[in-house]
Amino acid sequence: MSTTDVSGANGKISEQLDAVVIRFCGDSGDGMQLAGTQFTNVSAVFGNDVSTLPDFPAEIRAPAGTLGGVSGFQICFSSSDIYTPGDEVDTLIAMNPAALKTNVADLKRGGTLIVNEDAFEKSNLSKAGYDSNPLDDEEALAAYQLQKVPMTSLTRDAVAELGLSPREAERCKNFFAMGLVYWLYQRDATPTEEWVKSKFAKKPELVEANLKALHAGYNYGITTEAITVHYRVDPAELPAGKYRKVTGNEALAFGFVTAARLAGKQLFYGGYPITPASDILHELSKLKNFNVVTFQAEDEIAAITSVIGASFAGDLAITASSGPGIALKGEGMGLAAIMELPLVVVDVQRGGPSTGLPTKTEQSDLYMCMFGRNGDCPMPLVAPATPADCFEMAQEALRIAVEFMTPVLLLSDGYIANGAEPWKIPEISSLTPIPVVQENTQTDGEFMPYLRNEKKTRPWVIPGTPGCEHRVGGLEKSDVTGNVNYSPENHQYMTTLRAEKIAGIADFIPEQTVEGPESGDLLVISWGGTYGAVRTAVKQSVAEGLSVAHAHLRYLNPFPRNLGELIKKYKKVLIPELNTGQLRLIIRGTYLADAVGLNKVQGKPFLISEVKQKIREMVKEN
Amino acid sequence: MSVDVTLPVLSPKDFASDQEIRWCPRCGDYSILAQMKKVLPTLGIPKEKFVFVSGIGCSSRFPYYMDTYGMHSIHGRAPAIATGVKLANPDLQVWVITGDGDSLSIGGNHFMHVLRRNVDLKVIMFNNQIYGLTKGQYSPTSPTGTKTKSTPFGSVDRPLNPLSVAIGARATFAARSVDVDIKHLCSVLERAAHHKGSAFVEVYQDCNVFNSGAFEFASKKDQKEENVIYLEHGKPLIFGKNRDKGVRLNSHDQPEVVELGKGVTEDDLLFHDEKSEDMNLAFLLASMRYPEMPEPMGVFRCVEHPTYNDAVYSQVEAATERNGEGDLEALFNTGDTWTV
Repeated sequence: MSTTDVSGANGKISEQLDAVVIRFCGDSGDGMQLAGTQFTNVSAVFGNDVSTLPDFPAEIRAPAGTLGGVSGFQICFSSSDIYTPGDEVDTLIAMNPAALKTNVADLKRGGTLIVNEDAFEKSNLSKAGYDSNPLDDEEALAAYQLQKVPMTSLTRDAVAELGLSPREAERCKNFFAMGLVYWLYQRDATPTEEWVKSKFAKKPELVEANLKALHAGYNYGITTEAITVHYRVDPAELPAGKYRKVTGNEALAFGFVTAARLAGKQLFYGGYPITPASDILHELSKLKNFNVVTFQAEDEIAAITSVIGASFAGDLAITASSGPGIALKGEGMGLAAIMELPLVVVDVQRGGPSTGLPTKTEQSDLYMCMFGRNGDCPMPLVAPATPADCFEMAQEALRIAVEFMTPVLLLSDGYIANGAEPWKIPEISSLTPIPVVQENTQTDGEFMPYLRNEKKTRPWVIPGTPGCEHRVGGLEKSDVTGNVNYSPENHQYMTTLRAEKIAGIADFIPEQTVEGPESGDLLVISWGGTYGAVRTAVKQSVAEGLSVAHAHLRYLNPFPRNLGELIKKYKKVLIPELNTGQLRLIIRGTYLADAVGLNKVQGKPFLISEVKQKIREMVKEN
Repeated sequence: MSVDVTLPVLSPKDFASDQEIRWCPRCGDYSILAQMKKVLPTLGIPKEKFVFVSGIGCSSRFPYYMDTYGMHSIHGRAPAIATGVKLANPDLQVWVITGDGDSLSIGGNHFMHVLRRNVDLKVIMFNNQIYGLTKGQYSPTSPTGTKTKSTPFGSVDRPLNPLSVAIGARATFAARSVDVDIKHLCSVLERAAHHKGSAFVEVYQDCNVFNSGAFEFASKKDQKEENVIYLEHGKPLIFGKNRDKGVRLNSHDQPEVVELGKGVTEDDLLFHDEKSEDMNLAFLLASMRYPEMPEPMGVFRCVEHPTYNDAVYSQVEAATERNGEGDLEALFNTGDTWTV
């Protein structure tokens, strides 16, 4: 839907749109992540729903101008609810030939292509593998509305009077690009202007330069005759309340701090830097006045074991990593499981195996998290669906850890961690308190560290408590006393007991719900960051008359107790995952359901169209 | 309101747990356990404030036998776990019990980092130069040529010197003692307990099953005086049954043994200075190994530096003073917000 009117003295046409997808791309030194983040901010503050997809190389500064060094940031902003950053790009801003080459295929036919013409010179063209300048080839780019803008020189001119070095002056060109796109989509630049002023407060010349570049870009839009239409995207009708933008990693940090507050405990974070989980450490390190202790450990193993120590001593303790680090934490998780200490391990998944694709998203650590420990060692697994959902699931993970005295895994992924969306700021008083089980359980006057309550949970009695001195450890133990016990019957008993305790958590989590009909041709089951694409695909399929429903799992172990029954209500089951079928195998094994997979391992999220296509195929076959 | 602050008087048996001790008969570990139980009641710390953390190995069963809070954890990781315990509650006195394999092989990384951070922990390493619990393979401290099940033709590795590693990691307290030298061990453990910061103690411990007699030179009555120098701060390095031998620096600044008298006086000898910020003396003492040289026993280094846990909490306090007690509502509302 779009409405058109002619507005203003410049005679430019203003067109209204429902939703727009834009992507900034350029060299990893071109400031594209900043441009994308700022565009997201102004759109969010304006009231649009937003969903973002930052996409950057693993190298901090890959050789300039090369295909490997291209960094991009995609944003979908909309006047209605959206769940993904969009399949196709409406407007692509390419700052150099390499960015054009690697991104133009995602631009939809008829879309707007804005390029920094100055960057299309011989050396950049050859680095990108172009024999000739594609901007001169009218046929090649005929499908798009090409806008050649000499951004480097226009930026240089705009800041000329400030006496910056040529290099410094050119570095402002991302602000020129932002200014132009702000004009194109009628954005109010105020939040960006405020941000520039505070970010560069100590370097007033950079404040001025960046603002001049921003305004020059905006004014270029007004004056250029080459662009005749600009667009309006009205605020979205989100539930009433106060909002801010959050990324998944920010929301996790907020969630953990909140959980500690709700439990009346100090928060301990032990971590080792790893992409894409490091931001959780960065966020929490800033929050020391919230009774937060952060510890940058010497390695991943020290990170989890310090957390085990802190948990033993009574802190709400968490660690976060990505696949390679989680692999190293396996033995520690087993120790926490057999000692029955509460803690949370976050896995922000990325492409694997091994170092794999450090900056790209994937869901391929599910097997490792579900099974990757020696011995029979079940651990609860939860998985947030979206960046904002991380806030709730962080609290949920800690609640389960404390309520059941167990280590808990939280599976996020690169897409959720770096992606941003509006978050409705909660009322603190509306949040559920986290009760801490810490009763001093005694038998005949003696403290019994493994005497359990009705949930099979043992007491969390911490060092410093007189009369309750006790030892815990990795050796098999007797129930109740906790004394070392190697007897065959005892090991069978304890293994079963620990497994039953975890399985019993199913009675204390919400039942699984579905979007769509309660029975029908097809149930699509998803988990983690694929929520948005699957939700949208199912919604659109239902609107097209297909009998399909969507169940998105946020609890992966134990599964919600009604899941098995629910699956039986549909003729077929589809499980789209960004791996080769890990949840599918577990669902098949658990429920003997003939689930079919849609599997993608390209380091990229699903497109809505990919999921829709598969849904159509499966429903048609009926 | 009056509060009774009198601490109960504790005795060694208050620290004995009800668990049956399962070390081999005549293992050196028994003596270390006994001395620890003697030292703890002298510290004036309530029993519930002690935490013993161990890794894996014979020595690491230690916490089970102490009636304190304790954790028998996984191989090599005790220093990292203990760091977490201390950071969560700096009010606790935390002891790490480890062995030569646990701390220098699989746990080498944590060992080094806990010492350089100066976390306020006591790290007691039982060095028996062998893997006992896995039934007798050579360890990272076994001398080159050690014949074991895994090295039937003798080990080819060069051993690590635990004290050199500890001093290299800038341990603020580094000491050595011997399992059966009861008084000396007690005094060293007591010094470690009183040190504010990471205290590292290497204890020569006899594994009478797999490496019997490895430290006889330092523990046998008629031999030890000739083979060992008992370090005393500010005193010259003198040893020998008749206290007639000493150590001085030769013209190449290398330590050499000299006989006192015959023109050599105490003033010519090397004087011990455990408080020296310069680590050269401590390194030099650590490099003195039997049989080439008499081996120093006692406190090699004891210097005062800010502890890691204090530094962490002073940042927490400073942040709280600067920004006030964290307010979730204010936190969530920072940056750009909008109302629908």
